Amino acid sequence: MQRSAKKIALLGLCTAVAMVLAYAELLLPPLFTAIPGIKLGLPNIAIIFVLYRIGLGEAAAVSLVRMVAVSMLFGNPVTLAYSLAGGVLSLAGMAILKKTDLFSTVGVSVAGGVLHNVGQILMAMLLLGTAELGYYLIVLAITGTVSGILIGLCGGYLVKRVPLR
Amino acid sequence: MNENSITPPAHSGGNQAFGAGSEKKRRNDLILIGILLAVLVLAGLAFFLLREEGDRVKVTVDGEEYGTYPLSEDTVVEIRTGKDGEELNRLIIRDGKAFVERATCPDGICSNHRPISRDGESIVCLPHKVVITVEQQ
Repeated sequence: MQRSAKKIALLGLCTAVAMVLAYAELLLPPLFTAIPGIKLGLPNIAIIFVLYRIGLGEAAAVSLVRMVAVSMLFGNPVTLAYSLAGGVLSLAGMAILKKTDLFSTVGVSVAGGVLHNVGQILMAMLLLGTAELGYYLIVLAITGTVSGILIGLCGGYLVKRVPLR
Repeated sequence: MNENSITPPAHSGGNQAFGAGSEKKRRNDLILIGILLAVLVLAGLAFFLLREEGDRVKVTVDGEEYGTYPLSEDTVVEIRTGKDGEELNRLIIRDGKAFVERATCPDGICSNHRPISRDGESIVCLPHKVVITVEQQ
């Protein structure tokens, strides 16, 4: 029982960290105003940590709660739709790549970053009813790869070094 | 028994950077990243180099066609959206290129977008659900 209380507290903490990182990211000035949607994906650090140190189900729960909470606090239902599309695809891809045990957190995070972009573009195509956003994905996926490397390195150090006991 | 004396604390998981097989994993990471970037850059190049100039722009609002305007004529189109048309994206066509000069949307992404003229290029205003796309006959 103590264990499960501890786990709940830990997951709450990770959710809070993911939310703060999402908020911090909103405060950063956009890198290129001409290309919206470029993001570091800081909350993914927390998601990777939970995925590696606790488990997939817990990572999905943390990811879902943080997306709903952040959209309610700082966004709207439309931003939630984009978040969900990106978040679900991203976590699914990361879980599969982690399961293969062929990649470190860097490779897993890169896949997560790019799939997040894919999910958001697919949702944009769906909501806007246009298929012409494909070229945009190329630009986003390149920046998603680069930020995925950074996030994967951060996540990797945390996964290895944060003591849980 | 010998193990005990050199085993680090349980949480530190050994002295390698990312656990067992880290060299192989790092190599796989690099392969993944390399392939991904190569594919993306090639796709990007193909997209930007092979694309021809378009000759008209189509404006859609919430997926429905709003109007089509030739790039050859300089025009100003006030795209009115919202309940009573209170939202505005002012589309300018000048010198064969189209751009949004002014918009009432909060993010201003469409008005910051560079002018478009090549087939398939588009300017998107998510808040107003406006999509402006270059087309070719």
